Amino acid sequence: MQTVSRSTPLSRAAMTVLLLIVVLMAAAPYWAGRAELRLLGEVFLYLSLATLWNLLAGYAGLVSVGQQAFVGLGGYGFFAATMLWGLSPLAALPIVFVLGAVISAPVAVLIFRLRGAYFAIGTWVVAEVFRLSFAQVAALGGGSGSSLPSAIVKQLAEGRDQREAVAYWLALGVAVAVVGAVFLLLRSRQGVALTAIRDNELAAKSLGIDIWRTKFTVYVATAALTSLVGALIFLQKLRISPDAAFSANDWTAFVIFIVVIGGIGTVEGPIIGTLVFFALRETLADLGTTYLIALGAVAIIIMLRAPKGLWGLVRGKRGLELFPLSRRVMGQGD
Amino acid sequence: MPELLEIKGLDARYGDFQALYGVDMTVSAGEVVAVIGANGAGKTTLMRSISGLIRNGADMVRYRGNAIGALRADQVAAQGVALVPEGRLLFQSLSVEENLIIGGQMGRKGPWNLRRLYDLFPILEERRNVPATALSGGQQQMVAIGRALMSNPDLLMMDEISLGLAPVIIRQIYEALPGIVGEGLTAIVVEQDIAKALSVSSRVICLQEGRVSLSGKSGDVTRDAISRAYFGV
Repeated sequence: MQTVSRSTPLSRAAMTVLLLIVVLMAAAPYWAGRAELRLLGEVFLYLSLATLWNLLAGYAGLVSVGQQAFVGLGGYGFFAATMLWGLSPLAALPIVFVLGAVISAPVAVLIFRLRGAYFAIGTWVVAEVFRLSFAQVAALGGGSGSSLPSAIVKQLAEGRDQREAVAYWLALGVAVAVVGAVFLLLRSRQGVALTAIRDNELAAKSLGIDIWRTKFTVYVATAALTSLVGALIFLQKLRISPDAAFSANDWTAFVIFIVVIGGIGTVEGPIIGTLVFFALRETLADLGTTYLIALGAVAIIIMLRAPKGLWGLVRGKRGLELFPLSRRVMGQGD
Repeated sequence: MPELLEIKGLDARYGDFQALYGVDMTVSAGEVVAVIGANGAGKTTLMRSISGLIRNGADMVRYRGNAIGALRADQVAAQGVALVPEGRLLFQSLSVEENLIIGGQMGRKGPWNLRRLYDLFPILEERRNVPATALSGGQQQMVAIGRALMSNPDLLMMDEISLGLAPVIIRQIYEALPGIVGEGLTAIVVEQDIAKALSVSSRVICLQEGRVSLSGKSGDVTRDAISRAYFGV
């Protein structure tokens, strides 16, 4: 008798600890101060962005440097839905998700004609086009942007503390949903197909994998979720402008930094990378430019010393996995 | 009843460069056909044209009577045509077992599953959790063949599976061949080693500079005819 198993004692323990952490984090509004809550909310939103970029670049091989297009689209979509179309903030979120998917589909058709470095540059150009276009929309403040009116913010909850708590839970919820969805996708048949495409397109094609459709699905799903994260980012900030919404630095450079130092192509990598990024930011941010130099130095050292990222270093040859993805066939003796 | 595979007047090109000129070839269900020829004769191009990696005129390749010459590779694969590509092209970030599982991801029904495959190549079961590219060349070739078999194809094409392997390993792999084609599978074997090609096949075709230079029963063709077809002298 043989069975296929994917979990290991370590991964089962990790899942239990993770569940406890999620419960603890869900209770944060009751034990954390306002500043800590905001910081944690930001951590979860960056974790979501990093996990999504990792899926795109680390698994589907779509190295985009223009995901800020969808962060900004989500933010602006959220402001438009609440301010111009009169939707409540909670009703606006699913609209933003759908908007991200609908807009990203024709974008994908266009940029999938490009490969490698040209694809990367193409995504950046698309993000710039989005930024310049939204700067033309006078109803949303044009180039100088606009703030979310307090009447709309109050629809979320009456008191300031409750509002912050709701925004925080939304951020936590989207992070759990994104990490969970990516994990389940990678465990599915499509997940293995995705890895196969990244390794060798020719062989994957001849095994019956529809490359274009697989990449298209991943791109559109990632864009929709990135838009949703963008809406939550600007719900937390309460103010949007084209430069902040479509910032390549904030929504792509930092995100790539997180994924690369954590370990690209692993589920654990973005989580570890996010923790390292925020640890560096919270301790060094006062140093101004020196902080960015330190970030760059850390990235260079890790790329030289541990090209598979910090998780690659921990994982080593033994193939440790906190998120059980590998299949293991168990014999009777195992 | 149409032949399993019928190729008529196949002209295949890479951009401006034409690699095949009017190739004709038929393969009946259940037979093993060997394709031989020197380097650059067009053997791999022929395999890629059948499997859809190079797309040609729809009517140039017919499979079970359907024109498949212009289909994409994944559409051809879904109809039951599997290719063991030259150079193996394993997925390096997947384990041995994951490489095999992905071969079965189309979900075609048939005799092949992980269990059957591990019975055929027991060494793969032993090393199932190892990254595929950490295996020896011969074992990697077994993974490449196994991956193709997992799709339960009706037509299996093997492109130079002995390339770069030690003679003893080549013998081991070819010893497994009867167990594979015994299932009613049809096979096309591309081989540089003419003796090997003739011994495993019932019919042989020889390509020379993109054209068919010889075709006949493997038992009937003489060494002399092959040398002429091979080198064009």
